[in-house]
Amino acid sequence: MELKLPVYLDNNATTPMDPRVLEAMLPYFTEKFGNAASRNHSFGWVAEEAVDYAREQVAKLINADPKEIIFTSGATEADNLAIKGVYEMYASKGNHVITATTEHKAVLDTCKHIEKTGGQVTYLNVKEDGLIDLEELEKAITPKTILIAIMYGNNETGVVQPIREISKIARRHGVLFFTDATQAVGKIPVDVNADGIDLLAFSGHKMYGPKGVGALYVRRKNPRVKVTSQMDGGGHERGMRSGTLNVPAIVGFGKACELCMNEMESEAARLSKMRDRLENSLMELEETYVNGSTEHRLPHVSNISFKYVEGEGLMMGFNKNIALSSGSACTSASLEPSYVLKALGLGDDLAHSSLRFGLGRFTTDDQIDFTIDAIKSTVTKLREMSPLWEMFKEGVDINAIEWAHH
Amino acid sequence: MAYSDKVIDHYSNPKNVGTLDKSKANVGTGLVGAPECGDVMRLQIEVDEESGLISDAKFKTFGCGSAIASSSLATEWLKGKTVDQALSIDNMDIVEELNLPPVKIHCSVLAEDAIKAAINDYRVKNGLPELVAEKKAH
Repeated sequence: MELKLPVYLDNNATTPMDPRVLEAMLPYFTEKFGNAASRNHSFGWVAEEAVDYAREQVAKLINADPKEIIFTSGATEADNLAIKGVYEMYASKGNHVITATTEHKAVLDTCKHIEKTGGQVTYLNVKEDGLIDLEELEKAITPKTILIAIMYGNNETGVVQPIREISKIARRHGVLFFTDATQAVGKIPVDVNADGIDLLAFSGHKMYGPKGVGALYVRRKNPRVKVTSQMDGGGHERGMRSGTLNVPAIVGFGKACELCMNEMESEAARLSKMRDRLENSLMELEETYVNGSTEHRLPHVSNISFKYVEGEGLMMGFNKNIALSSGSACTSASLEPSYVLKALGLGDDLAHSSLRFGLGRFTTDDQIDFTIDAIKSTVTKLREMSPLWEMFKEGVDINAIEWAHH
Repeated sequence: MAYSDKVIDHYSNPKNVGTLDKSKANVGTGLVGAPECGDVMRLQIEVDEESGLISDAKFKTFGCGSAIASSSLATEWLKGKTVDQALSIDNMDIVEELNLPPVKIHCSVLAEDAIKAAINDYRVKNGLPELVAEKKAH
């Protein structure tokens, strides 16, 4: 097969839609256009039937009951609904939420919001490998704690948290456990029952489905969990999320879940093999570091720092042909590098020097070969141009220099 | 964010990458920025003692494409100028030449700082008083 350029290795940002998903969606834009809430004619029935089927496909992927799936516009909305919804619903029980510093902004900013309205939030630090400390989690629980919000797999490092241990702690203390599983669902087995999850957010476009659709899983028994709706209106989705259902997107999301269900196992094996090959080849470069646990990690993700080379400058060397992300913040006005990498204890210099690789369903071996060559040669070229590399090679202690911070 | 063609050209074919002998009296070295901020520039000038002209200029930069381009351009502009003429290089000239967007203006400021630091190093080595540069916001 001919090498396909540009190479897309930013699958943690979004994934291309699988053509089989598009095919399933198409009729629901045109001839099957009905409103799933129209109960008294066939157009509505057809749409409702399609949504019901998709709800089953979605539920099956996480071993949930279809009635436990609330469709949303995406994971950000699901995160908001879970945290704000629990906070409001369980206000009489307490006002304390526990989360971690490496969560996605959709969780962190929602927590900031509830702090403004009188809530208490504990932000757990993570260890060097990106995992939370379970003892610290348990110690943070107070009689006022109503929710633990810890993500399944991290979007920047791919680090997978000890979900089952977290849920055991939550259960023991009668606290609800919510997980943002946007990066994990469809990539690794996620089972809300075996994992002991009470609420779980995920999204269509991270798993080869369409953008603009996601879901919140809300447990219905043992315990029965309820969230206060954040969107009022026609009482859709069992009153928890009003708004006409986005039928074509939901159909696509369902199809995407079905495909992941069928292909996840072989796909995870294929991707982890490719990812390891990429990582091992790049690690042949001196002063190169993998960020986060390599043991507890999503199979398609690798986050690597190339010391003495700045990430954005590095990407410029190949961004015509390779699409990926950097923890560098050279484009942001704040100049602050990735808060996730800093939470792992990386210095700003290493955080600025990082690249995030997110492999996906359409990544090929040829593309990985191409990427290895391009990155190796660019790192080597930029190091030749880096004053820090020269100092390192001459044995100068860079940390001993008094840099003019600006 | 798309880079301008000129930034891409300097990034792909940087001019005057290298190191001059900093122990020489006629070489001035400026090292500015910080690894924590994501950019460090080292800019060096060599002054021809007879003519007073900058006969050579070299740089090494750790940073994004705009930082590399700004320092590459600075070395090109420095060559053939007198030290006094070099002092007049303004960061906004670099912004204009490279079409830098607002978020990248700090790269040009850093290049101007590097020029001034290299000149000061040269001046101090040659018994001249250090110039106090006006402080620009980064």
